[in-house]
Amino acid sequence: MRILKLKKLNLFSFLQSLSNGIELWAPVKKDSQTVFQFILPEEINKINLNFTRTLLPPKKLFIPPSFNMFQVTAKGYKEDYSWIKDRILFGLHPCDIHGLLTLDRIFTQNFPDSYYVQARQKTLILGLSCWPDEYCLCQSTHTDIIEEGFDLFFSELGDDYLVWIGSSRGDDLIRIKPEFFEESLGTKDIEKYIEWREKRAQAFKTKINFVFMPDLMELKYNDSVWERAGTACLACGSCSMVCPTCNCYNVRDEILLGDKPGRRVREWDSCTLLEYSLVAGGENFRSKKSSRLKLWYTHKLQAFGSKYGKPSCVGCGRCLVTCPVGINVKSISDSLEGKKVDAFWARFSIEVKP
Amino acid sequence: MKPETKLNQSNPFLPEPARIVRAYNLTQDVRFFQVRLVDMEKALSFRYRPGQFAMISVLGAGEAPFSISSTPSRPGLLEFCIRKVGTVTNALFRLRENSLIGLRGPYGNGFPIEAMEGKDVLIVVGGLGAAPLRSVLLYCLDNRDQFGRVIVLYGAKRPAEMIFREEYFDLKKRVDLECHLAVDADDTGTWTENIGVVTTLFPKVKDINPANTYALVCGPPVMYKFVIKELVKLNIPKHQILMTLERRMKCGVGKCGHCAIDYIYTCLDGPVFTYWDVLHMRELI
Repeated sequence: MRILKLKKLNLFSFLQSLSNGIELWAPVKKDSQTVFQFILPEEINKINLNFTRTLLPPKKLFIPPSFNMFQVTAKGYKEDYSWIKDRILFGLHPCDIHGLLTLDRIFTQNFPDSYYVQARQKTLILGLSCWPDEYCLCQSTHTDIIEEGFDLFFSELGDDYLVWIGSSRGDDLIRIKPEFFEESLGTKDIEKYIEWREKRAQAFKTKINFVFMPDLMELKYNDSVWERAGTACLACGSCSMVCPTCNCYNVRDEILLGDKPGRRVREWDSCTLLEYSLVAGGENFRSKKSSRLKLWYTHKLQAFGSKYGKPSCVGCGRCLVTCPVGINVKSISDSLEGKKVDAFWARFSIEVKP
Repeated sequence: MKPETKLNQSNPFLPEPARIVRAYNLTQDVRFFQVRLVDMEKALSFRYRPGQFAMISVLGAGEAPFSISSTPSRPGLLEFCIRKVGTVTNALFRLRENSLIGLRGPYGNGFPIEAMEGKDVLIVVGGLGAAPLRSVLLYCLDNRDQFGRVIVLYGAKRPAEMIFREEYFDLKKRVDLECHLAVDADDTGTWTENIGVVTTLFPKVKDINPANTYALVCGPPVMYKFVIKELVKLNIPKHQILMTLERRMKCGVGKCGHCAIDYIYTCLDGPVFTYWDVLHMRELI
């Protein structure tokens, strides 16, 4: 892989030069959160480089919360790809790029999802290095480092960025402003980078026993932790909205008034919601919150691995900062390991029969 | 068996235009639909396996999965037995013959026909379970010499709710087929067959060669446990007890997530499962 050097003070000018004629999306502060947002060239200074995680993961650009699949007329269904645009997406941390690679396994194989595939093909991924906070679990999930899945990756190193070129299209971007990039790295740069990697590896405070989870989930299938967590769960679906690898969706047809064509809409869904496994006629295969939570967590930490080679949790920590009742990858895996967990549901004294 | 067709490979969600050729009621709330793809070439070349399903769209109302009730041995028309029970089916029931609908598929694994060849086939039906099992039953009858004994046990709530009732009474007359019928309750006073749940028909099944038998089961969720108990009593091997299951589905192609059970998707890895799958994966039945 080609690695170049870019002066930090040239980053925004470089991004600005890219945003001509193509939509640039980047992290921007919004209230107390950071979100990926469309940026006009003149707004380039709004980009927030110092964030740990965005509110929603970048999946929102590839499978938007709600989008039109088809126009529906009396003659049938007409594909609608009009929402898919050429884009550059800047500021993805390694966990989020891993998240996209995980979604790729679902959406680009075995009946490839043409909407997702097109959105992916039309979007350039510009990654950005990060520093963990107390909720980051990516070291445990082996997604703290990224070696593929980006066109460019910017590793912050003092006053510079080391820029990893991950694709031919990434190389094209560099050629828009070649004067910004230094071709050769010095020994000092390499040493600094190694030191940074080591320090960062030491900086992770929160860990889960990720490797043990598939086994443990099998062994503790009937553990009372599921009932307790299920009792506390609000079934709000927030965990699925913020998870970079939650891909479930609903589809419904909308009829519009007048002569306008109707549409078939696809929108985010969550397996924690009551209607998730409900079939016509009223049979609900997962009417209990505990059984839906168990699906969420086993799918994330165990079952996805059996299907696609490795579990789908990328350790971004969004469920840790989002769930209002403290049900998250950390508290569930710790509880399954038999550790005392300071979530209020763990203090439930209810008698639960397996 | 010929390999199945794949429609619209560039967009797996795009419904193919189809027309309702015939539609008539089988019971008060179950209707029989004959459907043909508008593109005649596609209609004639459409191949599927018994036990597979299709996604049917009613324009403006939505889309839902339905098991295919016709047999691939009679190409050209697709048949479905559909109960009026939700948004899509209610809209479907309002359509008339020659109405335009959307169809995509076939999806799912279907029954392992190649493995079943040369074997005895025991089909156990409960209620609307007749919809998917009709496909495999007709396939066996159309290729009668490829299978050993064919036995059908069919239970419905009441005589009026037994779909294809006449077809089954006709089957009873055939010598190359054993067909036993039952209703939970006879409100007509004219029922000549068994009264009781479908498991009460098992004593009529004589001299089963279990190792040589495939048992195919479909019915309401509560039925499986009881039927499987009987099949296990007959010593039919676990991997030769097959059942086809229902789940919520929005895509049919392993993307929307709704039919996930353990590490499998009902739409890709099912809807036909073995009794071993049931023991191996929790939550199947």
